[in-house]
Amino acid sequence: MMTFILRRTGSLVLLLAAVSFITFTLFQLGPSDPAAAACGQECTPERVAEARVALGMDQPFLVQYFDYIRGLFSSRMIGAPGAQTLCEWPCLGKSFQTNENVADIIGRSLPYTFSMAIGALVLWTITGVGLGLMAALRKGSPVDKFIVGAASVGVSLPIPVTGLFLLLLFVNQLHLLPFTTNEINSPFGPQGPGAWVANYLLPWIALAVLFSASYIRVTRTNMIETFGEDFIRTARAKGLAPRTVTFKHGVRAGITPVVTMLGMDIGLLLGGAVLTEQIFSVPGLGFTAVHAAISGDLPVTMAITMLAAFFVIVANVVVDLAYAAIDPRVRLQ
Amino acid sequence: MNRAEPLTQLQSIEPNTGSPPLPPATSPEGKAAVPAEARSLLATAWMRIRRSKIALLSLCVVVAIMLFAILAPVLSAMSGNDPFTSNTSPEVLDDFQTPGLPLPGYMYPSAQHWLGVEPGLGRDLFARLAYGGQVSLTIALLSTAVSVVLGTVLGAAAGYFGGKTDAIISRIMDLFLAFPHLLLVLSLTPILQSRLRDTPLGEGSFLPMASLVIILGFFGWAYLARIVRGQVLSLREREFVEAARSFGASHLSILFRQIIPNVMGVVLVYATMLIPTNISAEAALSFLGVGVKDPTPSWGQMLNAAQSGNWYLSDPWFLAVPGVMLIITVLAFNLLGDAVRDALDPKASRH
Repeated sequence: MMTFILRRTGSLVLLLAAVSFITFTLFQLGPSDPAAAACGQECTPERVAEARVALGMDQPFLVQYFDYIRGLFSSRMIGAPGAQTLCEWPCLGKSFQTNENVADIIGRSLPYTFSMAIGALVLWTITGVGLGLMAALRKGSPVDKFIVGAASVGVSLPIPVTGLFLLLLFVNQLHLLPFTTNEINSPFGPQGPGAWVANYLLPWIALAVLFSASYIRVTRTNMIETFGEDFIRTARAKGLAPRTVTFKHGVRAGITPVVTMLGMDIGLLLGGAVLTEQIFSVPGLGFTAVHAAISGDLPVTMAITMLAAFFVIVANVVVDLAYAAIDPRVRLQ
Repeated sequence: MNRAEPLTQLQSIEPNTGSPPLPPATSPEGKAAVPAEARSLLATAWMRIRRSKIALLSLCVVVAIMLFAILAPVLSAMSGNDPFTSNTSPEVLDDFQTPGLPLPGYMYPSAQHWLGVEPGLGRDLFARLAYGGQVSLTIALLSTAVSVVLGTVLGAAAGYFGGKTDAIISRIMDLFLAFPHLLLVLSLTPILQSRLRDTPLGEGSFLPMASLVIILGFFGWAYLARIVRGQVLSLREREFVEAARSFGASHLSILFRQIIPNVMGVVLVYATMLIPTNISAEAALSFLGVGVKDPTPSWGQMLNAAQSGNWYLSDPWFLAVPGVMLIITVLAFNLLGDAVRDALDPKASRH
């Protein structure tokens, strides 16, 4: 087990390094001139040249990359020689738009993204696993067919359409919920947990509709497979109560693929639900990234993209390790 | 070596089942192939799809939507409108209460404007929906084609050559799968557009389409490549590959004439499933304002237009037109994808 952990963590570090390098390359070499983007609207050739020096772009590419990485471990000075300013640890550069530390911008956005992710996660896990289990228990019945059909439709509903529809119905027409506000980013704030739920309920539903569909499918398929196995038959033959067989024996064995999926989706969602945040004006990571991308604020988009990839990779490894802890066969592969 | 031959083997669809290989299409005496095994991939898929009502229905809907998009010029000419002419005269658009909102006679379907007119600019919604379909579907199909070619060739190469080639390609696949697609696509699209601006691809409405095709295509291949690689790993040990090798066929010839034709089943399944993903991705990007932009219509751009200025709150109709079209299209392609998978890859859908 120890070697497995070491090997997996080693590959994690390598992958993270590769991701940071590739993102840096794409963003740094991609645009025709990041300096022009940094310099803004009223720009003269001299000011572009100044901006190039200030951004360190007169340096060789690798020097720029390692300077950037150095900022992840300690504070560093950035800006043109003579006019340098301190970029405190963790330094991810400064926004072209506001000159603010990118790390601060990310720190401010994270609570919103967490708020969105946690509720959506709980909601779709409950509905997805619950409906999937219900369909599996009544395999072939009208209930099963209805749930499977609903899952097919759910997975085909684009977030912009569901999101706007939910806003239209519950906020604009029925006045059941308030428009989302960016004053609430935790259930422990002054407005209390009720306001937090009311604020994030619609984004949660929009995400849950899309995500629970695949959880229904995976749960259903795996539970049907598990219910067909010998140990379930044995448990039934022993005269155990159906409820005990279903939950204590069946669900426990058949739920592992769902846990894997959940781990990956948590990683994915922490990087920011771009569309949902945009539609409901929740200023999380995805929302911030969209606005940075549209206004050409490279340091911000770059940092958020890297962070999101980090979340996915770390989630991947955590899932692998958890799997290995449960199932010894995985370690040998 | 006959290029078409491997394609006609039914076994090609499920090389991974671990069962002993089926007899070759041509019997040892050299007689014509047994009909049941000589069917081409598409014929096999069609034969099985024909039996399911849902699959048939979704196929019909997909064909109808394709026709709707292809015939956009004809259909809008029939209605007497085009997608670009705006009409903001006070007879069409409200001037007092909600400036820009179409007046009742122009808001909803009528003989003159089959789906009413757009708020703000007064352009014909039906023409925009049809032409928008052309744009959305072109982007989705072309980007799928790019991903499929990349994924098949790279995945097959990784599986066939193994060793260092496999290690390198597999690591690249891992990287591509780790990146948050929407975020990266979103931030790279403006960058790519500024790069393409001075090339032949950068002309007018062509630019956003070309950049979306490139970027969606380039980020969609990794998953397919992983699947193809897995299939090829077992295929390369099979007798017909060994036979080709002993005939002195080159690696490239084996790869393209023996290996790749045999994974076309899986490729077709994942291609069908990638199309709706790319339709949604186009809609998402254009909705966010980085994809197709006004005046070029696409379904995502129409959603964007409905949201900007909160027109959809004034009347849900503006959300419903592109929204329902998008849902029907994605749903039909998804159901068709399920059907193709059931038909060609029974192992993946036992229940």
